[in-house]
Amino acid sequence: MITSRKLDLYPILWRLPLLVWQGLFFVVPLAFMAAMSFWLVKNYRMEPAFVFDNWSRMLGRGAFWDAYWLTLGRAALAGVLATVIAFPASLFLSFRLSESARRFALLCLIVPFFTSFLVRAYAWQVILAESGPVNAVLGAAGLGPFTMLNSGFGAMVGYLTLVLPLVVIFQTWSLAAIDKNLIEAAGNLGAAPLRVLGSVIIPAAKTGLVLGAVFAFIMTFGDFVSPFYLGGSKPPTLTILIIDTTKSGQQWPRAAVVAIVMILTLFAVATAALKAAYGRRG
Amino acid sequence: MKALGALGWIYLAALFTFVFAPIAASVVFSFNSDRFPTLPLGHFTTDWYARAFSRPEVWEAISNSLIVAGVTSVIATFIGFATAYTDFRYGFRFKQAYLALALLPPTLPLVILGLAMLAWLSQVGLSGTLTGIIIAHVVLATPFAMAICRLRLSQMDPSLESAAWNLGAGPWTAMRYVILPFCAPAIVSALCLTAAVSFDEFVVAWFVSGLNRTVPVLILEILQGNVDPQINAIGTVVFLTSMSLVVAAQFMIFRRRRNG
Repeated sequence: MITSRKLDLYPILWRLPLLVWQGLFFVVPLAFMAAMSFWLVKNYRMEPAFVFDNWSRMLGRGAFWDAYWLTLGRAALAGVLATVIAFPASLFLSFRLSESARRFALLCLIVPFFTSFLVRAYAWQVILAESGPVNAVLGAAGLGPFTMLNSGFGAMVGYLTLVLPLVVIFQTWSLAAIDKNLIEAAGNLGAAPLRVLGSVIIPAAKTGLVLGAVFAFIMTFGDFVSPFYLGGSKPPTLTILIIDTTKSGQQWPRAAVVAIVMILTLFAVATAALKAAYGRRG
Repeated sequence: MKALGALGWIYLAALFTFVFAPIAASVVFSFNSDRFPTLPLGHFTTDWYARAFSRPEVWEAISNSLIVAGVTSVIATFIGFATAYTDFRYGFRFKQAYLALALLPPTLPLVILGLAMLAWLSQVGLSGTLTGIIIAHVVLATPFAMAICRLRLSQMDPSLESAAWNLGAGPWTAMRYVILPFCAPAIVSALCLTAAVSFDEFVVAWFVSGLNRTVPVLILEILQGNVDPQINAIGTVVFLTSMSLVVAAQFMIFRRRRNG
C-alpha cells in the first residue's frame, strides 16, 4: 500500500506546480476581473456589488464603439497587410534558400521578439519625424516633408514591426513543409507558375497562412505602444481606453468591461480562424 | 528565372531592413551627438551613455530588473519543466484543458493581463511590489520554458526511463540520473529565454510595479516625459542583454540537436 501511494504522489507533484501557479495567478485574476466588472465605485473605492452600471455606461457610449471598430479595423488591416507583405519573402525563404540559410534567417527573425518594442517604437519616432532621416532622404529627392507620425500610418508601421517576423515564421514553416514533388508535378502537367501558386502552394500552406494572419490580428488588437507612441493616441484604441480608464479615477470596473469585450472578440476571431485553418482543405 | 532570384533577394533584404531598422537605428542614435537625429548624422559621442548611467534611478531599475528576471527564470523554468514532463509522461482526463492552461497566457493581450493582475494583486496586498511583478512574469514566461523542455523531451526515447525503472531505480532516481541530465541543455536554454522574456516585459510590469520600476518601465516613463537619446543608450544595453540571453538559449538547443 505504501509503495503504491508513493508512486501516485510522483506524477501529482509534477502536475501541481502549473495548476497552482496559473490557477492562482492567471485564472483567478481573470475571473476576479470579470466579477469586478459588476462592482461599484464610490468615492474612488471599489465596493463589491452585482450591478450592470459599468456595462451599460461603457456599452452605451458612442466613444466606446468608435474605439472598438477602429481597433478591430486596424487589426484586420494589419493581419491582411502583414500576410500580403510577408508572403513573397516567405516563398523565397522556403523555395530558394538552402535549409541552413533558411534556418539562420528564421533564427534572426526570433530576435526582435526579445528586444524592447518600446525602444523600437521610439526609434521609429525619430526615423519618421518631420526632420528625421526619412524626410531628409526624401527632401534630397525634392519630396516632402511628410507628416508620418501621429496618424494611422504611423501606428501601422509600429504594428507591422511587431508582427511581420512572426507572420514570416508561420508562413515559412508551412511553405517549407510542402512536398516539392507536388509542385513539380503541377509544373510537369503544364500549370503556369501563377496557377501552381494558387491551386497547389497556397491551399497546401493554408494552416500557416491563416495562423500568421490570426496572430498578427491578435497582437495588433492588444498592442498599445504603436497607437500610443506612433499613432498619436487619438482617436483611442481599446487598449488606450483601458489604460486611460485604469490610470485615471480608479475606474477599474469600467476598464474590466472593455477588457472582457476584447477577450470575447479575440475568442470569436480565433475560433473562426482555427476552423478555417484546420478545417477541410480546398 | 535569374532575375526573379535577384528580385527575391532584394525583397527579402527590404523586409529584414524594415524589421531591423529600428533596432539598428537606436544603436546608431545612441552614439550620435544630435538630440533630434537626422541625416547626415552628427559626430560620435558616448555622452548619452554617461548621462543615462549617472542617474541613480537607472541603476535602481537595473537592479530591480535583474532580481525580477533572475527569480522569474528559476520559477518559470521549474514549472515549465514539470509541465513538459507531465505532458511527455502521462495521459489523463482533462489533459487538453491542462495544456491550454499551460500555453494560453502569452496569447492574452498584455494590457488585459496587466489590469487583471493589478486588480487581483491589490486585493491580496501585493501590488506595487517586486513580488507582484515576479508573479506576473512567471505566468508569462512559463509557456516558453514548457515549450523548450517539451521539445527536448520529445527527442528522448521514452523507454529509457522505463528501463531505469525496470533496473530498480525509483522514479526520483530515474529523474535524477536519466531525465534531468538529458534535459540539462534545454533547462539552461529555458533559464536564458525566460530571463529575456521578463527582462523586456513592460506592460504588466507597468500596471503592477508602482514605485519599483524595472528598466523597461523606466524607459516607458521617460518616453512620456522629456525624451532624449539617453533612451537609446539604455535601450542598446537592454538589447545587448536580451540578445545575449536569446543567442545563448538558441546556441544550447542547436548544439545539442546536432549531436543528439
